[in-house]
Amino acid sequence: MSGILGMAQDAGMFMVHQTIGSVLCCKCGIRMQPNAANMCVKCLRSEVDITEGLLKRLVLVHCPECESYLQPPRTWVKLQLESKELLTFCLKKLQKNMNINKVKLVNAEFIWTEPHSKRVKVKVSVQKEVYNGAILEQSYLVEYVQQDHMCESCSRVAANPDQWVAAVQLRQHVSHRRTFYYLEQLILRHGAAARAVRIKQMDHGIDFYFSNRSHGNKFVEFIGKVAPVKSRSDKQLVSHDSKSNNYNYKYTFSVEISPICREDLICLPPKAAAILGNIGPIVVCTKVTNSIALLDPLTLKFGFLDAEQYWRTSFKSLLTSRQLVEYIVFDIEPVSSEITVGGTKYVLADAQVARVSDFGSNDTQFSIRTHLGHLLKPGDHALGYDLYGANTNDMELDRYKGYIPEVVLIKKSYEEKRQKKRAKARSWKLKSLNMEVDDKIKVDEDKRDAEYEHFLKDLEENPELRFNISLYQNKDYQPSEVASVTEDDGEPIPSVPDDELLAANLLAAEFDDLDLIEDGDGEDNMAE
Amino acid sequence: MATRLQFENNCDIGVFSKLTNAYCMVAIGGSESFYSVFESELSGVIPVVKTSIAGTRIVGRLCAGNKNGLLLPHTTTDQELQHLRNSLPDQVVVQRIEEKLSALGNCIACNDHVALTHTDLDRETEEIIADVLGVEVFRQTIAGNILVGSFCSLSNRGGLVHPHTSIEDLDELSTLLQVPLVAGTVNRGSEVIAAGMIVNDWTAFCGSDTTATELSVIESVFKLRDSQPSVIVDEMRKSLIDSYV
Repeated sequence: MSGILGMAQDAGMFMVHQTIGSVLCCKCGIRMQPNAANMCVKCLRSEVDITEGLLKRLVLVHCPECESYLQPPRTWVKLQLESKELLTFCLKKLQKNMNINKVKLVNAEFIWTEPHSKRVKVKVSVQKEVYNGAILEQSYLVEYVQQDHMCESCSRVAANPDQWVAAVQLRQHVSHRRTFYYLEQLILRHGAAARAVRIKQMDHGIDFYFSNRSHGNKFVEFIGKVAPVKSRSDKQLVSHDSKSNNYNYKYTFSVEISPICREDLICLPPKAAAILGNIGPIVVCTKVTNSIALLDPLTLKFGFLDAEQYWRTSFKSLLTSRQLVEYIVFDIEPVSSEITVGGTKYVLADAQVARVSDFGSNDTQFSIRTHLGHLLKPGDHALGYDLYGANTNDMELDRYKGYIPEVVLIKKSYEEKRQKKRAKARSWKLKSLNMEVDDKIKVDEDKRDAEYEHFLKDLEENPELRFNISLYQNKDYQPSEVASVTEDDGEPIPSVPDDELLAANLLAAEFDDLDLIEDGDGEDNMAE
Repeated sequence: MATRLQFENNCDIGVFSKLTNAYCMVAIGGSESFYSVFESELSGVIPVVKTSIAGTRIVGRLCAGNKNGLLLPHTTTDQELQHLRNSLPDQVVVQRIEEKLSALGNCIACNDHVALTHTDLDRETEEIIADVLGVEVFRQTIAGNILVGSFCSLSNRGGLVHPHTSIEDLDELSTLLQVPLVAGTVNRGSEVIAAGMIVNDWTAFCGSDTTATELSVIESVFKLRDSQPSVIVDEMRKSLIDSYV
């Protein structure tokens, strides 16, 4: 009918205005506008109950420990009470039943219930077609009973809190812990140990325990990206259900980090030298990420070894940074122009140096070639390896017949200047992982502290080391007005510029800026 | 007085029967109780004729008539035609017409003076209607439906139309038909009025699903309440016995 009228109206015909008359409801007799059922809404509602056959009472399985709800068959979803997600979750259970009854969901909202009543009430409005065309809308209440049932992970934790399924044993067979301090900062920055159940400090390494094999695997892959490692994994059968053929294992990943560290002096075996294009057997390690960067200090040639290549040849360092000796520079003369290797500039120079221990007592001086021409000036102190006086036990070095330099300078030394400034508080600080320390192993406290201090100094001196680490503003730091930062000769001690520091108050509220140690779980999730 | 009944458990009695002021036609094959209702109401006054039309039982919808005549579709068999001619009173003209729209009951709504027809009816049929039934013929629609015979029920005293009829339409139809009209429903909200009920000047029959409200509407528009002989006697009694105590 309206179609014909519509067409006529479009054609421009004169249409009489149609007023809808009123009829009596066929049941109760009140005046109403005619509709498809010709009954008033109340009579229609009393006739037809469109909510018949719909679910009104449902069960929600809830884990009280972790506040999550079961989504059959096995997933547990964490949901807040009276949240949109919970509403969607509840309505999904009704959907199939509604589709069977050909009822359309129009609106749904929560009715408030006491949190401890274990009831969730949802008022749902539905629409259905009745009596040839009339659409009736009705709202009704659905009650969800919350049944408490511990989810699998919580019950596993409750049964045995120390239970782990995967363990990652990180080891580096060197006498210092510099790598682990650096790795600790990296791990904190990327939150790689967020899911670790336990972290334990061991001799020559750290153990990480996880509750899931995939978490352990992910951690191993993360380490593989930041350090040159060799890993293997093993599993041990814990229990076996022969009926359903379920096997429970404990998985162990043994990860070994290469013993080559930054600033190490290495004598390359011929095989390794061949891979790298025959750079001189004495090389300095400049950077260790997931590959090792080696620099020949005499020719400024460099090479990279990635983890696989390294472990195939697996050489050890000749001298490590413990054996650095301080030298004083008398004269320096650049030989080549500035060369950039992997982001760092080097200038080859000839230098006259003498050991600080020799300085003043005898005339022993060395003429050497060094790659630090851009840094050193006459009168500077530098740290380097004393090959002239060193007593090494290296087969490769013994085999090598060619020229071996007497001194290899590694870096400039700021020790003198630092001593003048006496243990000043730094303007920045670092967080640390929550590690258990094994009481049985004797720990040399002084040695540990000295190593940590050395690590912090390293961070100050090398901006590229700071790249992947989060440094935080130390609220306790007050710049002292008395001692000026710059020294007599105008050269400042390396320090961390303020813009690199993260303000503590920018982070999540849980961060307590006075407390350096915090839990491994929550705060490791912060993003920079 | 309106009566409620069913034909074989179906409330659409207007399909299986036709009622005018001069005769009543019912379908064959129903139960005896169906006929007994009619006969109890009408037997003394007008003949109740059992018949089929074109071999079917839907006599109410296939034929159209009033006290002057009866029109039958071309599908009516000769025997049925003869039977009807014999059974109906002599003043009723029984005519079979050649018309493409053979459900005459759905296409024509009439009382003794005026008829509404389907808009697509033939010219000749219209003339025959005017001739045989002795009525004035108007082509109309009711609530936009062209099957006027289904959606409207007419008697000489009033008429009931489709519930969605607008007020302007009601006024227009009422002017044409010269009887009061009301929009309403029958058989619990059904819009097909003529299928649900049959009516003449003093009585009406409705499907058993008709609610009390609908029944009261029917009785008021067709003015059936005051037409029983007993009512008249009661009124007289009131005026006779005035000072009793």
